[in-house]
Amino acid sequence: MTIYIKNEIDLKRGYKTMDWKEDVKEMVYQGRIKVPYTWSVGEVGSRFFIELRDKKKIWGDKCPRCGTVFVPPRKVCSKCYSNIGEWVEVGTKGTLLTFTVVRYKNNLQSRDAPFAYGIIKLDGADTGLLHLLGEVDLEQINIGMRVEAVFGEDRKGEILDIKYFRPLKEA
Amino acid sequence: MERVGIIGVGQTKYEREKRETFGEMVYEVVKKALDDAGITIEDIDNVVTVSNDFWDGRTISCMAVADASGAYGKDTSTVEGDGAFGALYGLMRVLSGAYNNTLVVAHCKGSESYSSAITNAAFDPIYERILGIDAITSSALQAKRYMTKYLLNEEQFAKVSVKNHKNAKNNPFAQLPLDITVDDVLNSRMLSDPIKLLDASPISDGAAAIILSAERQAKEVSQNPVWIKGVGYCSDAYRIGDRDLAEPNSLRRAAKDAYKMASIENPLKEIDVAEVYDAFSYQELLWMEGLNFCRSGEGGKLIDEGVTEMGGELPVNPSGGVISAHPVLVAGLTRIIEAVLQIRGDAEKRQVPNAEIALAHGINGMCGQSHCVWLLGK
Repeated sequence: MTIYIKNEIDLKRGYKTMDWKEDVKEMVYQGRIKVPYTWSVGEVGSRFFIELRDKKKIWGDKCPRCGTVFVPPRKVCSKCYSNIGEWVEVGTKGTLLTFTVVRYKNNLQSRDAPFAYGIIKLDGADTGLLHLLGEVDLEQINIGMRVEAVFGEDRKGEILDIKYFRPLKEA
Repeated sequence: MERVGIIGVGQTKYEREKRETFGEMVYEVVKKALDDAGITIEDIDNVVTVSNDFWDGRTISCMAVADASGAYGKDTSTVEGDGAFGALYGLMRVLSGAYNNTLVVAHCKGSESYSSAITNAAFDPIYERILGIDAITSSALQAKRYMTKYLLNEEQFAKVSVKNHKNAKNNPFAQLPLDITVDDVLNSRMLSDPIKLLDASPISDGAAAIILSAERQAKEVSQNPVWIKGVGYCSDAYRIGDRDLAEPNSLRRAAKDAYKMASIENPLKEIDVAEVYDAFSYQELLWMEGLNFCRSGEGGKLIDEGVTEMGGELPVNPSGGVISAHPVLVAGLTRIIEAVLQIRGDAEKRQVPNAEIALAHGINGMCGQSHCVWLLGK
Protein backbone atom coordinates (compact mmCIF):
# COMPACT_ATOMS: atom_id res chain seq x y z
CA MET A 1 0.00 0.00 0.00
CA THR A 2 1.22 3.51 -0.75
CA ILE A 3 0.36 6.50 1.44
CA TYR A 4 1.09 9.92 0.02
CA ILE A 5 2.32 12.76 2.21
CA LYS A 6 0.38 15.97 1.72
CA ASN A 7 3.16 18.47 1.22
CA GLU A 8 1.82 20.50 -1.63
CA ILE A 9 2.45 24.22 -1.25
CA ASP A 10 -0.13 26.69 -2.42
CA LEU A 11 2.02 29.64 -3.46
CA LYS A 12 -0.57 32.16 -2.36
CA ARG A 13 -1.45 30.64 0.98
CA GLY A 14 1.34 28.29 2.02
CA TYR A 15 0.96 24.73 3.13
CA LYS A 16 -2.57 23.44 2.93
CA THR A 17 -2.44 23.02 6.66
CA MET A 18 -5.97 21.78 7.17
CA ASP A 19 -5.48 18.89 4.80
CA TRP A 20 -2.87 16.91 6.65
CA LYS A 21 -4.52 17.35 10.01
CA GLU A 22 -7.64 15.75 8.62
CA ASP A 23 -5.60 12.70 7.70
CA VAL A 24 -3.40 12.25 10.75
CA LYS A 25 -3.71 13.11 14.40
CA GLU A 26 -0.84 15.49 15.07
CA MET A 27 1.58 14.87 17.89
CA VAL A 28 3.52 17.33 20.08
CA TYR A 29 6.61 16.61 22.12
CA GLN A 30 7.26 18.08 25.56
CA GLY A 31 10.85 19.37 25.88
CA ARG A 32 12.89 18.82 29.03
CA ILE A 33 15.61 21.48 28.80
CA LYS A 34 16.96 22.60 32.16
CA VAL A 35 20.52 23.84 32.09
CA PRO A 36 22.08 25.28 35.26
CA TYR A 37 24.51 28.17 34.76
CA THR A 38 27.05 29.71 37.11
CA TRP A 39 28.11 33.18 35.97
CA SER A 40 31.29 34.87 37.06
CA VAL A 41 30.49 38.31 38.41
CA GLY A 42 33.99 39.63 37.67
CA GLU A 43 36.18 42.15 39.46
CA VAL A 44 33.99 45.26 39.46
CA GLY A 45 30.82 43.26 40.05
CA SER A 46 32.32 41.42 42.99
CA ARG A 47 33.41 44.69 44.65
CA PHE A 48 29.99 46.21 43.97
CA PHE A 49 28.14 43.31 45.59
CA ILE A 50 30.50 43.02 48.57
CA GLU A 51 30.01 46.71 49.40
CA LEU A 52 26.26 46.26 49.02
CA ARG A 53 26.19 43.18 51.24
CA ASP A 54 28.63 44.26 53.96
CA LYS A 55 28.17 48.04 54.16
CA LYS A 56 24.84 48.81 52.47
CA LYS A 57 26.72 51.15 50.15
CA ILE A 58 26.27 51.58 46.41
CA TRP A 59 29.39 52.11 44.37
CA GLY A 60 29.80 53.09 40.78
CA ASP A 61 32.85 53.85 38.72
CA LYS A 62 33.95 56.86 36.74
CA CYS A 63 35.37 57.07 33.26
CA PRO A 64 38.72 58.92 33.45
CA ARG A 65 38.18 60.46 30.04
CA CYS A 66 34.54 61.53 29.70
CA GLY A 67 33.70 61.56 33.42
CA THR A 68 30.57 59.40 33.14
CA VAL A 69 29.74 57.63 36.42
CA PHE A 70 28.31 54.17 35.80
CA VAL A 71 26.04 52.18 38.11
CA PRO A 72 26.30 49.21 38.04
CA PRO A 73 30.06 49.63 37.59
CA ARG A 74 31.86 48.27 34.57
CA LYS A 75 35.40 48.06 33.27
CA VAL A 76 34.99 49.77 29.92
CA CYS A 77 33.20 53.05 29.21
CA SER A 78 30.39 52.39 26.75
CA LYS A 79 30.62 55.96 25.49
CA CYS A 80 34.35 56.49 24.85
CA TYR A 81 35.77 52.98 25.20
CA SER A 82 38.23 54.02 27.93
CA ASN A 83 39.40 51.67 30.63
CA ILE A 84 37.65 52.62 33.85
CA GLY A 85 39.72 52.50 37.03
CA GLU A 86 38.24 54.95 39.54
CA TRP A 87 35.68 53.88 42.13
CA VAL A 88 33.06 56.42 43.21
CA GLU A 89 30.52 55.96 45.96
CA VAL A 90 27.10 57.15 44.82
CA GLY A 91 24.10 57.94 46.96
CA THR A 92 21.46 55.50 48.10
CA LYS A 93 18.95 58.17 47.15
CA GLY A 94 18.03 59.11 43.63
CA THR A 95 15.49 60.33 41.10
CA LEU A 96 13.00 58.21 39.16
CA LEU A 97 13.66 58.37 35.39
CA THR A 98 10.73 56.17 34.41
CA PHE A 99 8.48 53.47 35.87
CA THR A 100 5.75 50.98 35.06
CA VAL A 101 3.13 49.22 37.16
CA VAL A 102 3.06 45.56 36.18
CA ARG A 103 -0.46 44.11 36.12
CA TYR A 104 0.17 40.59 34.86
CA LYS A 105 1.71 37.70 36.71
CA ASN A 106 4.34 35.23 35.67
CA ASN A 107 6.66 32.97 37.57
CA LEU A 108 9.77 35.01 36.73
CA GLN A 109 8.70 38.07 38.65
CA SER A 110 10.21 38.37 42.10
CA ARG A 111 6.93 39.56 43.61
CA ASP A 112 3.21 39.29 42.92
CA ALA A 113 1.53 41.72 40.54
CA PRO A 114 0.60 44.48 40.78
CA PHE A 115 4.01 45.90 41.52
CA ALA A 116 6.27 48.52 39.97
CA TYR A 117 9.61 48.66 38.21
CA GLY A 118 11.59 51.87 38.00
CA ILE A 119 14.82 53.14 36.50
CA ILE A 120 16.54 55.20 39.16
CA LYS A 121 19.33 57.73 38.65
CA LEU A 122 21.20 57.62 41.93
CA ASP A 123 22.68 60.86 43.22
CA GLY A 124 26.17 61.18 41.76
CA ALA A 125 25.55 58.65 38.96
CA ASP A 126 25.03 59.39 35.27
CA THR A 127 23.24 56.16 34.36
CA GLY A 128 19.98 54.64 35.57
CA LEU A 129 19.61 51.51 37.68
CA LEU A 130 16.73 49.16 36.95
CA HIS A 131 15.00 47.99 40.12
CA LEU A 132 11.73 47.49 41.98
CA LEU A 133 9.67 50.18 43.69
CA GLY A 134 8.11 49.40 47.06
CA GLU A 135 6.25 50.98 50.01
CA VAL A 136 4.50 53.14 47.44
CA ASP A 137 0.93 53.84 46.34
CA LEU A 138 1.04 52.38 42.82
CA GLU A 139 -1.30 55.08 41.53
CA GLN A 140 0.85 57.91 42.91
CA ILE A 141 4.19 57.19 41.27
CA ASN A 142 5.58 59.88 39.01
CA ILE A 143 8.68 60.50 36.96
CA GLY A 144 11.08 62.81 38.78
CA MET A 145 10.01 61.44 42.15
CA ARG A 146 12.78 61.22 44.76
CA VAL A 147 13.39 57.68 46.03
CA GLU A 148 15.74 55.87 48.40
CA ALA A 149 17.10 52.34 48.58
CA VAL A 150 15.69 49.99 51.20
CA PHE A 151 18.19 47.26 52.07
CA GLY A 152 17.30 43.72 53.04
CA GLU A 153 18.25 42.29 56.44
CA ASP A 154 19.73 39.06 55.16
CA ARG A 155 22.02 40.21 52.36
CA LYS A 156 23.68 37.68 50.08
CA GLY A 157 25.72 39.83 47.72
CA GLU A 158 23.21 40.22 44.91
CA ILE A 159 21.06 42.95 43.38
CA LEU A 160 18.09 42.05 45.58
CA ASP A 161 20.16 43.01 48.65
CA ILE A 162 18.42 46.27 47.76
CA LYS A 163 14.85 45.12 48.40
CA TYR A 164 13.42 48.03 46.44
CA PHE A 165 13.40 51.80 46.22
CA ARG A 166 10.71 53.72 48.10
CA PRO A 167 9.55 57.34 47.92
CA LEU A 168 11.84 59.59 49.91
CA LYS A 169 10.17 61.55 52.64
CA GLU A 170 12.20 64.75 52.45
CA ALA A 171 12.81 66.30 55.86
CA MET B 1 29.32 50.03 -5.15
CA GLU B 2 27.66 47.46 -7.36
CA ARG B 3 23.86 47.51 -7.28
CA VAL B 4 22.20 44.64 -5.45
CA GLY B 5 18.61 43.61 -6.02
CA ILE B 6 16.06 41.50 -4.21
CA ILE B 7 14.91 39.03 -6.86
CA GLY B 8 12.53 36.80 -4.91
CA VAL B 9 10.53 36.82 -1.68
CA GLY B 10 8.41 34.36 0.29
CA GLN B 11 6.55 34.35 3.60
CA THR B 12 4.21 32.09 5.51
CA LYS B 13 0.92 33.14 6.91
CA TYR B 14 1.67 34.23 10.48
CA GLU B 15 -0.29 32.37 13.13
CA ARG B 16 -0.14 31.37 16.75
CA GLU B 17 0.48 27.65 17.18
CA LYS B 18 1.35 26.94 13.60
CA ARG B 19 1.41 23.20 13.13
CA GLU B 20 4.33 22.96 10.70
CA THR B 21 7.81 22.25 12.06
CA PHE B 22 10.68 24.76 11.72
CA GLY B 23 11.95 22.85 8.70
CA GLU B 24 8.56 22.76 7.01
CA MET B 25 8.08 26.51 7.47
CA VAL B 26 11.57 27.18 6.11
CA TYR B 27 11.01 24.93 3.10
CA GLU B 28 7.73 26.64 2.34
CA VAL B 29 9.19 30.15 2.21
CA VAL B 30 12.38 29.15 0.38
CA LYS B 31 10.29 27.38 -2.27
CA LYS B 32 8.10 30.44 -2.59
CA ALA B 33 11.09 32.79 -2.91
CA LEU B 34 12.73 30.56 -5.54
CA ASP B 35 9.52 30.32 -7.56
CA ASP B 36 9.03 34.06 -7.20
CA ALA B 37 12.53 34.67 -8.59
CA GLY B 38 12.09 32.03 -11.28
CA ILE B 39 15.23 30.14 -10.27
CA THR B 40 15.97 26.81 -8.62
CA ILE B 41 17.94 25.90 -5.50
CA GLU B 42 20.92 25.04 -7.74
CA ASP B 43 21.14 28.75 -8.61
CA ILE B 44 21.69 29.63 -4.92
CA ASP B 45 25.36 29.47 -3.96
CA ASN B 46 25.14 30.47 -0.30
CA VAL B 47 22.57 30.56 2.48
CA VAL B 48 22.14 32.88 5.46
CA THR B 49 19.78 31.53 8.09
CA VAL B 50 18.32 33.58 10.92
CA SER B 51 17.37 31.87 14.16
CA ASN B 52 17.86 31.98 17.91
CA ASP B 53 18.77 29.04 20.08
CA PHE B 54 16.57 30.08 23.01
CA TRP B 55 13.49 30.47 20.83
CA ASP B 56 14.13 27.17 19.04
CA GLY B 57 15.15 25.35 22.22
CA ARG B 58 18.20 23.81 20.58
CA THR B 59 21.83 24.79 20.23
CA ILE B 60 23.19 25.71 16.79
CA SER B 61 19.55 26.04 15.74
CA CYS B 62 20.55 27.16 12.25
CA MET B 63 22.11 23.84 11.39
CA ALA B 64 18.84 22.00 11.90
CA VAL B 65 17.29 23.87 8.97
CA ALA B 66 20.24 23.38 6.61
CA ASP B 67 18.37 20.75 4.61
CA ALA B 68 15.10 22.70 4.50
CA SER B 69 16.92 25.83 3.30
CA GLY B 70 18.75 23.97 0.57
CA ALA B 71 22.12 24.62 2.17
CA TYR B 72 23.38 21.07 1.70
CA GLY B 73 26.67 21.22 -0.19
CA LYS B 74 26.77 25.02 0.00
CA ASP B 75 28.21 27.62 2.29
CA THR B 76 25.84 28.53 5.12
CA SER B 77 26.11 30.78 8.13
CA THR B 78 23.77 32.42 10.56
CA VAL B 79 22.64 35.68 12.05
CA GLU B 80 21.19 35.44 15.54
CA GLY B 81 19.08 38.56 15.55
CA ASP B 82 16.38 40.26 13.56
CA GLY B 83 15.98 39.26 9.91
CA ALA B 84 16.71 42.81 8.74
CA PHE B 85 20.25 42.22 10.03
CA GLY B 86 20.29 38.79 8.36
CA ALA B 87 19.51 40.53 5.10
CA LEU B 88 22.29 43.04 5.82
CA TYR B 89 24.77 40.19 6.21
CA GLY B 90 23.46 38.65 2.98
CA LEU B 91 23.95 41.97 1.21
CA MET B 92 27.54 42.16 2.44
CA ARG B 93 28.22 38.65 1.19
CA VAL B 94 26.99 39.60 -2.28
CA LEU B 95 29.02 42.82 -2.21
CA SER B 96 32.15 40.88 -1.23
CA GLY B 97 32.12 39.49 -4.74
CA ALA B 98 32.58 35.96 -3.42
CA TYR B 99 28.91 35.01 -3.71
CA ASN B 100 26.22 35.31 -6.32
CA ASN B 101 22.58 34.49 -5.53
CA THR B 102 22.22 34.66 -1.74
CA LEU B 103 19.28 33.21 0.15
CA VAL B 104 18.32 34.73 3.52
CA VAL B 105 15.72 32.82 5.52
CA ALA B 106 14.39 33.43 9.03
CA HIS B 107 12.11 31.32 11.20
CA CYS B 108 10.61 31.45 14.68
CA LYS B 109 7.81 29.85 16.64
CA GLY B 110 6.94 32.02 19.59
CA SER B 111 4.08 29.74 20.56
CA GLU B 112 6.22 26.72 21.34
CA SER B 113 7.94 28.21 24.37
CA TYR B 114 7.42 30.89 26.98
CA SER B 115 8.06 34.35 25.50
CA SER B 116 8.43 36.14 28.81
CA ALA B 117 11.16 33.73 29.96
CA ILE B 118 13.06 34.13 26.71
CA THR B 119 12.92 37.92 26.62
CA ASN B 120 13.83 37.98 30.33
CA ALA B 121 16.97 36.06 29.39
CA ALA B 122 18.02 38.93 27.11
CA PHE B 123 18.72 40.98 30.23
CA ASP B 124 21.90 40.93 32.26
CA PRO B 125 21.88 37.74 34.36
CA ILE B 126 23.69 39.34 37.28
CA TYR B 127 22.06 42.73 37.73
CA GLU B 128 18.67 42.59 36.03
CA ARG B 129 17.25 39.18 35.22
CA ILE B 130 16.22 38.24 38.74
CA LEU B 131 13.89 41.23 38.81
CA GLY B 132 11.70 39.42 36.27
CA ILE B 133 11.90 42.18 33.65
CA ASP B 134 10.87 41.12 30.13
CA ALA B 135 10.04 42.62 26.71
CA ILE B 136 6.63 43.95 27.77
CA THR B 137 7.68 45.53 31.07
CA SER B 138 10.88 47.05 29.67
CA SER B 139 8.96 48.49 26.74
CA ALA B 140 6.45 49.89 29.21
CA LEU B 141 9.34 51.72 30.90
CA GLN B 142 10.25 53.14 27.50
CA ALA B 143 6.66 54.10 26.62
CA LYS B 144 6.21 55.87 29.97
CA ARG B 145 9.46 57.77 29.58
CA TYR B 146 8.60 58.76 25.99
CA MET B 147 5.06 59.96 26.72
CA THR B 148 6.15 61.86 29.82
CA LYS B 149 9.08 63.60 28.18
CA TYR B 150 7.16 64.67 25.08
CA LEU B 151 3.60 64.86 26.45
CA LEU B 152 2.07 62.17 24.27
CA ASN B 153 -1.06 60.36 25.42
CA GLU B 154 -2.40 56.83 25.41
CA GLU B 155 -5.04 57.73 22.80
CA GLN B 156 -2.27 58.47 20.32
CA PHE B 157 -0.72 55.05 20.96
CA ALA B 158 -4.17 53.47 20.61
CA LYS B 159 -4.67 55.13 17.22
CA VAL B 160 -1.60 53.28 15.91
CA SER B 161 -3.11 49.98 17.01
CA VAL B 162 -6.45 50.80 15.36
CA LYS B 163 -4.78 51.84 12.09
CA ASN B 164 -2.45 48.85 11.84
CA HIS B 165 -4.98 46.18 12.79
CA LYS B 166 -7.30 47.71 10.20
CA ASN B 167 -4.54 47.61 7.58
CA ALA B 168 -3.99 43.94 8.46
CA LYS B 169 -7.42 43.20 7.03
CA ASN B 170 -5.87 43.77 3.59
CA ASN B 171 -2.97 41.40 4.24
CA PRO B 172 -3.66 37.67 3.87
CA PHE B 173 -0.43 36.86 5.76
CA ALA B 174 -1.30 38.90 8.87
CA GLN B 175 -2.33 37.20 12.09
CA LEU B 176 -4.59 39.82 13.67
CA PRO B 177 -6.80 41.70 11.25
CA LEU B 178 -9.15 43.59 13.57
CA ASP B 179 -11.90 46.16 13.42
CA ILE B 180 -11.32 47.99 16.67
CA THR B 181 -11.76 51.49 18.03
CA VAL B 182 -9.55 53.69 20.18
CA ASP B 183 -11.86 52.90 23.11
CA ASP B 184 -11.41 49.16 22.52
CA VAL B 185 -7.65 49.64 22.87
CA LEU B 186 -7.94 51.91 25.90
CA ASN B 187 -10.34 49.48 27.60
CA SER B 188 -8.31 46.36 26.85
CA ARG B 189 -6.57 44.66 29.76
CA MET B 190 -3.68 46.64 31.24
CA LEU B 191 -0.47 44.61 30.99
CA SER B 192 2.08 47.08 32.28
CA ASP B 193 1.29 50.81 32.34
CA PRO B 194 0.82 52.30 29.78
CA ILE B 195 0.83 49.17 27.59
CA LYS B 196 -2.50 47.41 27.24
CA LEU B 197 -3.25 44.13 25.49
CA LEU B 198 -4.20 45.82 22.20
CA ASP B 199 -1.05 47.99 22.33
CA ALA B 200 1.06 44.83 22.23
CA SER B 201 1.98 42.51 19.38
CA PRO B 202 0.84 38.89 19.53
CA ILE B 203 2.80 35.69 19.97
CA SER B 204 3.39 34.44 16.44
CA ASP B 205 4.91 31.67 14.39
CA GLY B 206 6.20 32.00 10.86
CA ALA B 207 9.07 32.19 8.42
CA ALA B 208 10.25 34.48 5.64
CA ALA B 209 12.87 34.37 2.90
CA ILE B 210 14.44 36.70 0.35
CA ILE B 211 16.96 36.16 -2.42
CA LEU B 212 19.61 38.81 -3.03
CA SER B 213 21.56 39.10 -6.22
CA ALA B 214 24.16 41.46 -7.61
CA GLU B 215 23.20 43.38 -10.74
CA ARG B 216 25.40 41.13 -12.86
CA GLN B 217 23.12 38.15 -12.09
CA ALA B 218 19.89 39.86 -11.13
CA LYS B 219 19.16 40.97 -14.67
CA GLU B 220 19.30 37.38 -15.93
CA VAL B 221 16.35 36.21 -13.86
CA SER B 222 12.68 36.71 -14.54
CA GLN B 223 11.31 39.06 -11.89
CA ASN B 224 12.09 42.72 -12.06
CA PRO B 225 14.60 43.13 -9.27
CA VAL B 226 13.83 45.62 -6.55
CA TRP B 227 17.03 47.55 -5.95
CA ILE B 228 18.60 48.33 -2.61
CA LYS B 229 19.04 52.11 -2.62
CA GLY B 230 20.35 52.57 0.87
CA VAL B 231 21.07 50.73 4.12
CA GLY B 232 21.98 52.06 7.55
CA TYR B 233 22.54 50.33 10.86
CA CYS B 234 23.61 51.40 14.31
CA SER B 235 23.63 50.15 17.87
CA ASP B 236 23.14 51.88 21.24
CA ALA B 237 24.14 50.90 24.81
CA TYR B 238 23.09 47.45 26.04
CA ARG B 239 21.61 48.44 29.38
CA ILE B 240 18.29 50.25 29.19
CA GLY B 241 19.41 52.32 32.20
CA ASP B 242 22.34 53.68 30.16
CA ARG B 243 20.04 55.20 27.54
CA ASP B 244 17.42 57.93 27.52
CA LEU B 245 14.67 55.61 26.33
CA ALA B 246 12.75 58.54 24.77
CA GLU B 247 15.59 59.19 22.32
CA PRO B 248 16.11 56.61 19.55
CA ASN B 249 19.65 57.76 18.86
CA SER B 250 20.87 54.62 17.11
CA LEU B 251 17.88 54.76 14.76
CA ARG B 252 18.63 58.41 13.97
CA ARG B 253 22.14 57.45 12.97
CA ALA B 254 21.03 54.38 10.99
CA ALA B 255 18.40 56.41 9.13
CA LYS B 256 20.83 59.23 8.41
CA ASP B 257 23.31 56.80 6.86
CA ALA B 258 20.62 55.08 4.79
CA TYR B 259 19.21 58.41 3.55
CA LYS B 260 22.66 59.63 2.61
CA MET B 261 23.31 56.47 0.60
CA ALA B 262 19.94 56.80 -1.17
CA SER B 263 20.30 60.59 -1.63
CA ILE B 264 17.13 61.27 0.35
CA GLU B 265 16.92 64.73 1.87
CA ASN B 266 13.29 64.95 2.96
CA PRO B 267 12.20 61.46 4.05
CA LEU B 268 8.55 62.34 4.71
CA LYS B 269 8.15 63.70 1.17
CA GLU B 270 10.44 61.39 -0.77
CA ILE B 271 9.48 58.04 0.78
CA ASP B 272 6.18 56.62 -0.48
CA VAL B 273 5.59 53.83 2.05
CA ALA B 274 7.25 52.59 5.25
CA GLU B 275 7.15 49.28 7.11
CA VAL B 276 8.47 49.80 10.64
CA TYR B 277 8.94 47.50 13.64
CA ASP B 278 5.96 48.35 15.86
CA ALA B 279 6.25 45.58 18.45
CA PHE B 280 4.15 47.91 20.60
CA SER B 281 1.92 50.76 19.43
CA TYR B 282 4.09 53.51 20.94
CA GLN B 283 7.09 52.23 19.01
CA GLU B 284 5.67 53.25 15.64
CA LEU B 285 5.54 56.86 16.85
CA LEU B 286 8.96 56.79 18.47
CA TRP B 287 10.58 55.13 15.46
CA MET B 288 9.02 57.72 13.13
CA GLU B 289 10.89 60.34 15.13
CA GLY B 290 14.08 58.31 14.83
CA LEU B 291 13.48 57.95 11.10
CA ASN B 292 13.25 61.74 10.90
CA PHE B 293 9.70 61.72 9.50
CA CYS B 294 9.10 64.42 12.10
CA ARG B 295 10.94 66.20 14.87
CA SER B 296 11.50 64.79 18.36
CA GLY B 297 8.25 64.52 20.28
CA GLU B 298 6.05 64.98 17.19
CA GLY B 299 5.30 61.32 16.46
CA GLY B 300 1.86 61.75 17.99
CA LYS B 301 1.08 64.59 15.60
CA LEU B 302 1.64 62.36 12.57
CA ILE B 303 -0.96 59.83 13.75
CA ASP B 304 -3.37 62.58 14.86
CA GLU B 305 -3.21 64.20 11.43
CA GLY B 306 -3.63 60.93 9.52
CA VAL B 307 -0.29 61.31 7.76
CA THR B 308 0.51 57.61 8.19
CA GLU B 309 -2.92 56.20 7.26
CA MET B 310 -3.47 54.44 3.95
CA GLY B 311 -4.09 57.39 1.64
CA GLY B 312 -2.04 59.71 3.86
CA GLU B 313 1.17 61.43 2.83
CA LEU B 314 3.31 58.52 4.04
CA PRO B 315 1.39 55.28 4.76
CA VAL B 316 3.14 53.39 7.56
CA ASN B 317 2.65 49.63 7.92
CA PRO B 318 0.09 48.90 5.19
CA SER B 319 0.69 45.21 6.04
CA GLY B 320 -0.65 45.74 9.55
CA GLY B 321 2.87 45.89 10.94
CA VAL B 322 4.46 43.88 13.68
CA ILE B 323 1.54 44.60 16.01
CA SER B 324 -0.58 42.42 13.69
CA ALA B 325 1.96 39.56 13.49
CA HIS B 326 5.18 39.29 15.46
CA PRO B 327 7.29 36.30 14.58
CA VAL B 328 10.45 37.37 16.43
CA LEU B 329 13.57 37.43 14.17
CA VAL B 330 11.36 37.03 11.10
CA ALA B 331 9.51 40.33 11.48
CA GLY B 332 12.30 42.60 10.15
CA LEU B 333 12.66 40.40 7.06
CA THR B 334 8.88 40.58 6.63
CA ARG B 335 9.15 44.38 6.59
CA ILE B 336 11.67 44.09 3.72
CA ILE B 337 9.39 41.65 1.85
CA GLU B 338 6.43 44.00 2.24
CA ALA B 339 8.55 46.88 0.92
CA VAL B 340 9.56 44.75 -2.08
CA LEU B 341 5.92 43.91 -2.84
CA GLN B 342 5.03 47.59 -2.65
CA ILE B 343 7.75 48.59 -5.12
CA ARG B 344 6.77 45.80 -7.53
CA GLY B 345 3.10 46.75 -7.33
CA ASP B 346 2.34 43.25 -6.02
CA ALA B 347 0.92 44.25 -2.63
CA GLU B 348 -2.65 43.64 -3.80
CA LYS B 349 -5.25 45.14 -1.47
CA ARG B 350 -2.59 46.80 0.70
CA GLN B 351 -0.82 48.42 -2.27
CA VAL B 352 0.17 52.07 -1.94
CA PRO B 353 -0.38 53.50 -5.45
CA ASN B 354 2.77 54.29 -7.43
CA ALA B 355 5.19 53.46 -4.62
CA GLU B 356 8.69 54.20 -5.89
CA ILE B 357 10.70 54.43 -2.68
CA ALA B 358 9.87 52.13 0.25
CA LEU B 359 11.46 52.00 3.68
CA ALA B 360 11.80 48.85 5.79
CA HIS B 361 13.03 48.79 9.37
CA GLY B 362 14.15 46.10 11.80
CA ILE B 363 15.29 46.22 15.42
CA ASN B 364 17.45 44.13 17.67
CA GLY B 365 17.84 44.16 21.43
CA MET B 366 15.60 45.51 24.15
CA CYS B 367 13.73 48.78 23.56
CA GLY B 368 15.35 49.19 20.14
CA GLN B 369 19.00 48.91 21.11
CA SER B 370 19.99 48.58 17.47
CA HIS B 371 18.24 49.38 14.23
CA CYS B 372 18.59 48.52 10.56
CA VAL B 373 17.02 50.76 7.93
CA TRP B 374 16.51 49.76 4.29
CA LEU B 375 15.48 51.88 1.33
CA LEU B 376 14.24 50.01 -1.72
CA GLY B 377 13.23 51.26 -5.12
CA LYS B 378 12.83 50.56 -8.81
